[in-house]
Amino acid sequence: MKLSPTIAAVYGFDRRTELKRPLFACGVSAGFPSPAEDYIKGRLDLNELMVQHPAATFFVRVAGDSMLGAGIHHDDILVVDRSLEPGHNKVVIAVVNGEMTVKRLFQQNGVVRLLAENPDYPPLELTEETACEIWGVVTFVVHSL
Amino acid sequence: MAPLFALLDCNNFYVSCERLFNPGLAGLPVVVLSNNDGCIIARSNEAKALGIKMGEPFFRCRDLIAAHQVQVFSSNYPLYGDLSQRVMEVLGQLEPEVEVYSIDEAFIRLPAAMPEALLANGRHLRATVKRQVGIPVSVGFGPTKTLAKIANRIAKQQPEHGGVFVLPEQGHDALLAAIEVGDVWGIGRRQSQKLRLGGIRTALDLKNANDTWLRKHLTVTGLRTSTELRGVSCLPLTDSPPAKQSITSSRSFGQPVTDLAGLHEALASYVAIAAAKLRAERLTAGCVQVYLTTNRFRAREPQYANSTTVSLALPTASTLELIRHAVAALGQLYRSGFAYQKVGVTLMDLGAASRGQPHLFCPPPKGGEALMTALDKVNTRWGRDTLHSGAEGFLRPWKNKQTMKSPSYTTSWHELPVVG
Repeated sequence: MKLSPTIAAVYGFDRRTELKRPLFACGVSAGFPSPAEDYIKGRLDLNELMVQHPAATFFVRVAGDSMLGAGIHHDDILVVDRSLEPGHNKVVIAVVNGEMTVKRLFQQNGVVRLLAENPDYPPLELTEETACEIWGVVTFVVHSL
Repeated sequence: MAPLFALLDCNNFYVSCERLFNPGLAGLPVVVLSNNDGCIIARSNEAKALGIKMGEPFFRCRDLIAAHQVQVFSSNYPLYGDLSQRVMEVLGQLEPEVEVYSIDEAFIRLPAAMPEALLANGRHLRATVKRQVGIPVSVGFGPTKTLAKIANRIAKQQPEHGGVFVLPEQGHDALLAAIEVGDVWGIGRRQSQKLRLGGIRTALDLKNANDTWLRKHLTVTGLRTSTELRGVSCLPLTDSPPAKQSITSSRSFGQPVTDLAGLHEALASYVAIAAAKLRAERLTAGCVQVYLTTNRFRAREPQYANSTTVSLALPTASTLELIRHAVAALGQLYRSGFAYQKVGVTLMDLGAASRGQPHLFCPPPKGGEALMTALDKVNTRWGRDTLHSGAEGFLRPWKNKQTMKSPSYTTSWHELPVVG
């Protein structure tokens, strides 16, 4: 099995993996040199920064350019936290007519809209007839340069 | 008042998992198939309403599925396992005393409280799991585990309860009378046949059954179930599952296998799976049972099924040793001229890994402890099957096709859900 080209499948994502970078407690101008361990306060874990609620956090991949203005590009990965309350001006994953889409939620004076951040895409007004559900709130964009 | 129990159960769990990342499936009939697309193992309410039965072979309901455009999925266990863990994690944040009972069920122990408070608690649990993980659940409360299970069933089957039901402490006999005895937790098919012969048809009958009769015909476990139905708790919340009596690994083939070499490969890989489980539990097996069978649903084809059990001189947990014994046993069972549908292995006579005494007349087994530790480490780190015995084969034509499997939405960077 593993001799076939599908060997790429061994790249698994281990949720327990922590990528740790040293964090220096003092600035570099801290004067008299001390043993390094005095400076190291802890290690930084990207999961800690980007995943507040692991059980409620999902990753999705972006297709299209409707959210360019929000810094969300085609093929980016979004960190989505389902435990957060969707509110006005949040970037959300919405389910519209059975399709998942990323848009900015506009919610004021009883008006609810899903706004793209690209002039080529018109806003979508949500009325009682629109089948729409907010799936989760986007908290981070992972964009590769 | 005594403490009580709740059972949280995910609604049509596998279907709900598929719907989470494929919201267009809402309102449509959906079914999920067992390994190798053999049988129906999960149904949406819409599919249930069409009359598709649990455990029904897929080919038997093909026409019904086509006629109603039922959405069919191969099982996607990495996805279900991940979402199950998330549900249990959220539950664990809300309730201190939780026993995960199965992939989609958990028992909770709670201090005694008024029914209104329990109802509010149940609704909160349900809403929180739904919002955070996206999986709909039902919650049933009762004074015992068996009654909590019944309350959960009522919560699920009667939509007016909104997915949460508290069994009233008194006067729930009418509810029990509406439940068939075979549907009571812990009553299997054989026991329910015995009970029916004794005139016990409903949960209420079982509750009121004579203790001596129960003990005689259903042993102490039947009596325990009856006592639980009376509201006396006999089954405590245990955090750890009871020690395993046996470990089975078996699957139906994607396509029938006729040659011994193909069966060898399949059996060897099932032994490898079972042996890894064995070592994870720090156990050894003293007995290996191997069985094989043709497809009994194809009545026109020649049928053959057989099994054999080998006792080992020395209990072992070594994949290589176990494969050697299992393959030898298979050689005795195999008859040519049949289209085999399934081969499997059951490891029995399980005991602590430390029990092994060196045997005077046995050579030290191959595949010693260090090798097995390395094998398990590699496969834990890089995924099952990275390192395996050559006996398991490489191309594996018998292996599960799973043609209708959804992507690994939550466990592979290459298969994330796509948003427009």
